[in-house]
Amino acid sequence: MMELISALMPLFVGAPLMLGAVLFVIPNKHPLQPIIGMGSLLALLVGASTLLAVTSDGTVVSHQVGLWPGGIAIAFVADSFASLILTAGTLVAVISFLYMMVSGESQSPAIPALVLILMGGVAGALLTADLFNLFVFIEVMLLPSYGLLIFLSRRGQMAASRLYVVVNLLASTLFLAGVGLIYAVQGTVNLAALAGAGEDPATAVATAVALAAIAVKAAVFPVHGWLARAYASASPAVAALFSGLHTKVAVYIVYRISAVIFEGQSAWMLAILIFASLTLVVGAFAALGENNMRTLMIFQMVSGIGFILVGVSLFTPLGLTSGIVYMVHHMIVMGALLLTVSAIEHTYGSGMLSRVSGLRTREKLVTAAFVIGSLSLVGLPPFSGFVAKYALVLASADAGAVVIAGLLIITSLLVLASMMKIWADVFNGKRETDVELLAARERIRTREGLYEDSSISDEAVEREAALAIEHIDPPRGIIGADGDPHDHRGTRVSVMLILPALMLGGLSVALGLGGEVLLQLAEQASSGLIDTGDYVKAVLGE
Amino acid sequence: MSLALSVGLLAAAGTFLLLQRGMIRIILGFVLLTHAVNLLIISAGGVARRDAPFIGGDTSMAADPLPQAFVLTAIVIAFAITVVMATLAIVSRDDDDTELDTQTENESDTEQNNQGSGSVAERGESA
Repeated sequence: MMELISALMPLFVGAPLMLGAVLFVIPNKHPLQPIIGMGSLLALLVGASTLLAVTSDGTVVSHQVGLWPGGIAIAFVADSFASLILTAGTLVAVISFLYMMVSGESQSPAIPALVLILMGGVAGALLTADLFNLFVFIEVMLLPSYGLLIFLSRRGQMAASRLYVVVNLLASTLFLAGVGLIYAVQGTVNLAALAGAGEDPATAVATAVALAAIAVKAAVFPVHGWLARAYASASPAVAALFSGLHTKVAVYIVYRISAVIFEGQSAWMLAILIFASLTLVVGAFAALGENNMRTLMIFQMVSGIGFILVGVSLFTPLGLTSGIVYMVHHMIVMGALLLTVSAIEHTYGSGMLSRVSGLRTREKLVTAAFVIGSLSLVGLPPFSGFVAKYALVLASADAGAVVIAGLLIITSLLVLASMMKIWADVFNGKRETDVELLAARERIRTREGLYEDSSISDEAVEREAALAIEHIDPPRGIIGADGDPHDHRGTRVSVMLILPALMLGGLSVALGLGGEVLLQLAEQASSGLIDTGDYVKAVLGE
Repeated sequence: MSLALSVGLLAAAGTFLLLQRGMIRIILGFVLLTHAVNLLIISAGGVARRDAPFIGGDTSMAADPLPQAFVLTAIVIAFAITVVMATLAIVSRDDDDTELDTQTENESDTEQNNQGSGSVAERGESA
């Protein structure tokens, strides 16, 4: 059984790449496109869960590609940490793709193929045990991302895509330079052969160059600014997909390198701690100042990166465990919130706090998804955020970093404040007919493929809105005491569109109530990071 | 020494071009920057040993093949991304907000030019 799984490991990378190539050949809008896309994502999820089940007792599965002897071969290796993140990432990808299918975005040219290639790169980056191969897989991950950003960018905006390409390419080049420097000092880029090499100052500095590049990709303060610009003009579903994959893969690499090469040396961990705490505070404050739901969420993402990195910088068993739990929680909850925002933007054409209002009485399901997501993000029981934040605060206090523990709590209050801001404006605001006009304008814009709002005449919008109020019946049971159905008629976010967000929200509740399962998995993962012996042995094939 | 100087020169030129506003200059900057990194990797393998392996049976002076493989891969990737960036430079050019910014700057320069500010006028003309 183990040998079979080990032999099949290259398929995590190979199969998505191959199927992605097949999808490029199949014509657009062919029914096979979504079937193959969703089917292979689900297969990948099954594979990742199998890997998680096998490694959950501390076993490390490895495969020497090409069956070269250990140390020479470029190994694929899965310990419980890699499997856990791979499973969570694939899950977010499956649900984001589901959203793309519902919203019709997956029908744009080449989208399913690009998503599959992206997943191949993500699996490769998580499973490889070689720094240069890591660079290659990061590039494999980024190239389809450029495509996704460009093809699905809103209103044809290219500027943000350019920014994304330039920043990521710069970071990749810097990472490559770091890898070259590590090779110059140590003569190898195999992670296992580099275990503990961080004690040598020259190696440590070379590794720090690579880590700095990864920090750009993870959007750590002070190099976080590009994230909001780049993701803001992307399609919201793509933003959800990227938030679960790109920044989290970068954070995963920080965890891995800190554990294997630095072995948690306190000086380097202190440096990470300083940047992590700055990131979480700056992200939370920046989110407070935003007036657009999407950019607000993206700054929450930045803040979350800070939370996750606090976990690794403590480098105690509890610290790593809580950091990993927070990582999984954050992937799921950010996905839920971004998909909620997506559904609103898709229907009403805007995510501006000042434009959309009064959704609480209009959209019960969207409100439910938002409430679950935001309470989980703030960290209230019974959601997964509570488990993650409680463990993280406990770990900080335990490690003597009381200031950090306080910072985590204060930041959570800031997160609550920014969520209240959305609640007050978008959900609890006065119910106005303007929202109906927004939805009508968005429908006309999509139908006629226009980029600019200004090219749509006000009369057409009013006709469209009147038509919607006349013809779209209110959902059952929504008619209030005043009994005037016309008051509640009109456009609604379709149930299918909000379902993906609700699924992730439900998962967050499940992980909150059954936090024990996730905690145990994360504990196993963190013990593999503290004692890297098994990992090293598996990679070197001993 | 000459290798180190070339890396430094290429990196400096690449960084300078990267900080420009036009997309084409940014692309050229990246080409130079990746060359710098490629040379860095080659130098990481050591440049003293540069004989071909397997010929004559003496491997003590054979060049390290691993950095060469790295560089080969990196060149291919850099080429692919250069193509992507070149496409981005062309697709919907009028949407390039960096170019737009430059235009507005020029316009404001010209306005000041009309007000009779000499040095700004020169800049406006040269741009």
